[in-house]
Amino acid sequence: MSFLLKTKQRFAKLFGGLFKKKQMRIGIYGPPNAGKTTLSNRIVRDWTGDAVGPVSEIPHETRRARRKEGVKISDEKGNSITIDIVDTPGVTTKIDYKEFLEYGMQPDEAVVRAREATEGVAEAMHWLREDIDGVIYMLDSTQDPFVQVNIMLVGIIESRELPVIIVANKNDLPDASPARIKSAFPQHPVISISGLEGNNVDELYEKMIEYFG
Amino acid sequence: MIQGVQIDLISSERLENLTTLEKVRLILEKVMEGNVVVLEKGLTPDEQSFLIETTMREITPDGFAGIEMETYSAGSESSHKSGGLFGGLFGKKESSTAGRLTVIGPANQMKTLKKDKDLISTWVSSK
Ligand SMILES: Nc1nc2c(ncn2[C@@H]2O[C@H](COP(=O)(O)OP(=O)(O)OP(=O)(O)O)[C@@H](O)[C@H]2O)c(=O)[nH]1
Ligand SMILES: [Mg+2]
Repeated sequence: MSFLLKTKQRFAKLFGGLFKKKQMRIGIYGPPNAGKTTLSNRIVRDWTGDAVGPVSEIPHETRRARRKEGVKISDEKGNSITIDIVDTPGVTTKIDYKEFLEYGMQPDEAVVRAREATEGVAEAMHWLREDIDGVIYMLDSTQDPFVQVNIMLVGIIESRELPVIIVANKNDLPDASPARIKSAFPQHPVISISGLEGNNVDELYEKMIEYFG
Repeated sequence: MIQGVQIDLISSERLENLTTLEKVRLILEKVMEGNVVVLEKGLTPDEQSFLIETTMREITPDGFAGIEMETYSAGSESSHKSGGLFGGLFGKKESSTAGRLTVIGPANQMKTLKKDKDLISTWVSSK
């Protein structure tokens, strides 16, 4: 980081209340159904009392990136960061509306969901290229992490030199394997949590302060 | 005509002379016709990002359902090369971030059976 930038940030911190500064935007990325919205809701609820969006067992529940501004996260030592949390649509390279029919959805409803989902993924890719300053990459730790879309996405994030924390989610489930995720991404910090039950989210908050601060 | 799948192997020389948009267009045109495309040299992360975005914009109900893609992981050697001490000083060369041999096909016809660091096994059905 340049001296000027550091000084600017120090000023921004000092006069945070006076200047309208651009907050660091942390994108929560990952494949559909990993638990991104569940975690976004928890972070926002823990630190502001609000929520971000609806959660569902049907993939592609989130079809528009949603941003919650000015979320301040602090630890006991008095360190803190103020960030925008961006919950993004699950990224994939394929979408077939027929998949949604298996969840009992009507065909016309499924077609609309698929169309919105494709727009959502395109939008998420766009955000990543233009508007994101750091990433929480979420994976369902009961699933195989070595799939192409994860390798590609993490590669894209790395090429933009964004700080990234990998979250191995759903550690409340018996077949969760955070170790497999650690072996897939040894170059990044991996935190094993349950966004649903709240296991270990404190460690994630500490890592966020350290990494994005 | 006999049933089958067309496979297009694109050389790195051909790819090197194309812009990001041209590459993505070329790949998607062929995949949307039902062909399987093999790239001798893979795409850079930025090109992959555009490929995903453009793929999404082309999906239609009962038509094109997206892509399946496999590549050998660039491996830790290349991330060391680009992220190491000199990565930040000299900037990244395209060649160090681009992946290796890559297979791309229509999602509803292609399925990865097995993937190791040195072997990709895919199954392709004709339409
Ligand atoms: N057991 C368990 N289930 C979870 C956990 N986190 C999320 N889920 C469940 O996983 C499903 C998907 O959760 P979402 O938060 O909607 O996932 P998402 O990543 O936002 O999904 P999309 O928006 O579709 O990409 C829901 O049924 C959640 O209740 C977790 O830590 N443990
Ligand atoms: Mg969601």
